Amino acid sequence: MWRRIPERYRMAGSLCENCRQNFFPRRTFCPICRRKGKIVDKQMSGKGKVFAYSLVTAPPVGYEGEIPYILAIIELDEGPKVTAQIVDCKCDKLEIGTKVKSAFRRITEDGDEGIIYYGFKFKLDK
Amino acid sequence: MIAGIIGYGAYVPRYRIKAEEIAAVWGEEPDRIISGLNIKEKSVPATDEDTVTLAVEAARNALKHSGIDPKEIGALYVGSESHPYAVKPTASIVAEAIGATPNLTAADLEFACKAGTAAIQMCMGLVASGMVKYGMAIGADTSQGRPGDALEYSASAGAAAYIIGKKKEEAIAEIIDTYSFTTDTPDFWRREGADFPQHGGRFTGEPAYFKHVISASKGMMEKTKMKPEEFDYAVFHQPNGKFPLQAGKMLGFSSKQLERGLLTPIIGNTYSAASPLGLANVLDEAKPNKKILLTSFGSGAGSDSFVIRTTDLIDKKRKGITPLMDYVNDKQYLSYGLYVKHRRKLKSM
Repeated sequence: MWRRIPERYRMAGSLCENCRQNFFPRRTFCPICRRKGKIVDKQMSGKGKVFAYSLVTAPPVGYEGEIPYILAIIELDEGPKVTAQIVDCKCDKLEIGTKVKSAFRRITEDGDEGIIYYGFKFKLDK
Repeated sequence: MIAGIIGYGAYVPRYRIKAEEIAAVWGEEPDRIISGLNIKEKSVPATDEDTVTLAVEAARNALKHSGIDPKEIGALYVGSESHPYAVKPTASIVAEAIGATPNLTAADLEFACKAGTAAIQMCMGLVASGMVKYGMAIGADTSQGRPGDALEYSASAGAAAYIIGKKKEEAIAEIIDTYSFTTDTPDFWRREGADFPQHGGRFTGEPAYFKHVISASKGMMEKTKMKPEEFDYAVFHQPNGKFPLQAGKMLGFSSKQLERGLLTPIIGNTYSAASPLGLANVLDEAKPNKKILLTSFGSGAGSDSFVIRTTDLIDKKRKGITPLMDYVNDKQYLSYGLYVKHRRKLKSM
C-alpha cells in the first residue's frame, strides 16, 4: 500500500509525451507507443465527472458502518477513469456527467490497532 | 513584522447536530443549554473523516490560496488533541498528501485547544531566522465529549491551515508580534488511552480560561503599545459561545469587534482549530490595513496572543479563497443515534 501513496493521497499520474495520453495510476511504460513512448509524471487535478454509479447496500468486510454508500466510476478531466466512493451526497443529487472533485478520506483500517489507509474519494463539485 | 501569512485555508465537515437533539436524549432543558453555552449546533465529522483528513483539506485550501509550490514548504506542524495515532505523525501524512515531501521537517503538536497557534509561532521563528522559506501551521481536531457530559454540546470538528513566510510583499497579513502566557493549571485533561477527557467543571473558567486569555491579551497589547479600540477585530478561543464574549468585555472590546470571529454558536468548539478558524473567517472579509488581535487558549494551560495587520494583497488574492462560510452553510443534520455512529461512541463498533 505505502508504495502507492503518491497515487492514493494526491492522484499522481503519468503522461506519455509521445502520444499525449494521460495515465492513472502511474505507468512506467506507454502501452500505446511501446518503445517510442516517453513517460513523465503528471499530476491529476482531482476533478472529473460521473461516468457510472451504484448504491452499495451489501458491503464488503470493513465497510458495514458506511452503508448505504455510493460507488462510482469517475472520468477524470485528464481522461483516465477511476473507481471510488462519492461522499457527503445522496443518489438524488447524481446523474451521469455530474461534476465531482476529489476529497481526502479514510479508506479502511487494519482493525482498531492497525494502520489507517487514507486516499481519494469524490464529492460534488459545486 | 516578524512574519507574514502567505495563504490560509479552512475546512469544516458537513454534518451537524443540534443542541436540542442532544439535550432531548439526556433530559436537559434545551433552552437552558442553548442560552447557557450560546451553542445552537456543532459540526460532526463523517464516518470516514478524522484529524488527518480535515487537516489535508484545510492544507490544500491554504496551498491553493497562497499559490506557492508545496516543495517550498520547509516545516509542517499539525496541532491537535485528536491525532488518529498515538505514535505516527499526522504531519507526515498531511505533507505527503499535499506534495511537500521529502525535504521538510514535520511534527505533531498537542496543547489542548492551542496547539494550532503554537504551530504558527514555531513557523514564525523558522521563517524569521531563515531556516525555512515557508512553514505550514495547522490546527485540526475531531474532539470527543463523554456522552451526557456538558462537553458533548461543544466538542466538534474542523481545521485551519496557515502558510507562514518572511517576505512582506507576499503576505496577505503581517504578524506584527506575538506573546504567550503559560502555567500548569489542571483544568482539562485526557490520560493516555482514555476515550474521553475530564475537566474541572467551573474551575475551567476563571482560573483557567479567563486568567490566561486576559493575561496574554493584555501582555500582547502592552508589548505593542496598542489599545482595544485600535483593533478592527478580536478573536478569542471559544470553548463555548459565552466565554469569548465575556473575555472581550473584560478587556474592553465591543461585541462588534468580536462578532465575525465567533463561530462556536454555529459549529461548536473545534478545539485546536477554534481561534484559527475564527481568524480565517475574519480574513475572509477583512479589507487591507485592518488590525486583528488573536488570542488562543489551551487547557493545561496557556494562551498565545498575536497582533495581525492585513495588507493590500488580501484583496488581490481573495479569488483563491474557499470561504469558510461555504462549509458552514452547507450542512446536513444528524439524529443523536447517527451522531453516536459517526463518533464511534458505542464500544462494540
